[in-house]
Amino acid sequence: MKVYDVELSSRLLLGTARYPSPKILAAAVRASRAEIVTVSLRREGGDQRAGQTFWSFIGELGVRVLPNTAGCHSVKEAVTTAHMARELFGTTWIKLEVIGEADTLQPDVFGLVEAARILSEDGFEVFPYTTEDLVVAERLLERGCRVLMPWGAPIGSARGLNNLFGLRAMRAHFLDVPLVIDAGLGVPSHATAAMEMGYDAVLLNTAVAEAGDPVRMAEAFALAVEAGQLAHAASPLEPRDMAAPSTPVLGKAIFA
Amino acid sequence: MRILLNGAERQLTASRLDEALDALGYKGAVVATAVNGRFVPALRRANTQLYDGDSLEVLAPMQGG
Repeated sequence: MKVYDVELSSRLLLGTARYPSPKILAAAVRASRAEIVTVSLRREGGDQRAGQTFWSFIGELGVRVLPNTAGCHSVKEAVTTAHMARELFGTTWIKLEVIGEADTLQPDVFGLVEAARILSEDGFEVFPYTTEDLVVAERLLERGCRVLMPWGAPIGSARGLNNLFGLRAMRAHFLDVPLVIDAGLGVPSHATAAMEMGYDAVLLNTAVAEAGDPVRMAEAFALAVEAGQLAHAASPLEPRDMAAPSTPVLGKAIFA
Repeated sequence: MRILLNGAERQLTASRLDEALDALGYKGAVVATAVNGRFVPALRRANTQLYDGDSLEVLAPMQGG
């Protein structure tokens, strides 16, 4: 997979929040074989150095970082946060989130498109957290995005792929655009389903971080993503309504 | 001078942003700054004046999904 001219061998992007400990986070990142981890930024007091400690820790993991604008509910907030992230993390990549609704954390797609325009014009490489709406997706591409990240389900909900029809349509419509399922996955089979559908990658956090054993779950997701990708490359069968005998009927004995 | 630092009121004598950060304990810290909702790049901190009532946001890296 190539995103913004960067070739990636791993199809799994992993979030860094909500792990029981930094040690478990590091082990989970390694087990997931992720090459990209998502990070964020928050207020820090002058007598604290939590951010510095975390940043050093991420540096030791040897992975690319994708900063997010999580928690931003307006274009202004998201754009300002993106600028601060670019300076802090030294990357033009930004996972752009403009949240429109507090209960579902559904993207505000109007604000998202506008923020994507502003940031793309300013040299950012935008990874927009969006819905499966094709028109919104077109607008995001027109405004400079070269990857799309539709939600599978609300963030942290573990519901999997809520709108299979919409996600299939998106894949069919944007054949040449890298598509990443972002958010809502709960178990590895959800990731496999996304990859079997032809999605290029999945991004997840809570499903691994809040599993009873995050490291094992990270490994499970890595295998699931690989299985789904292989299956897609192998051209899976289309479902049918009626049975089709797998054992040849020709030559069957007749005992009547 | 009274400013809001990350939403909390603080008294400050330094009025230049770079000096204010040092005075507030951020010397050498990896942080990004915004004044009154506008991002101020590190290179511009020495040219940025703070005024009474300004709101200063100081952000650092953290975990995210």
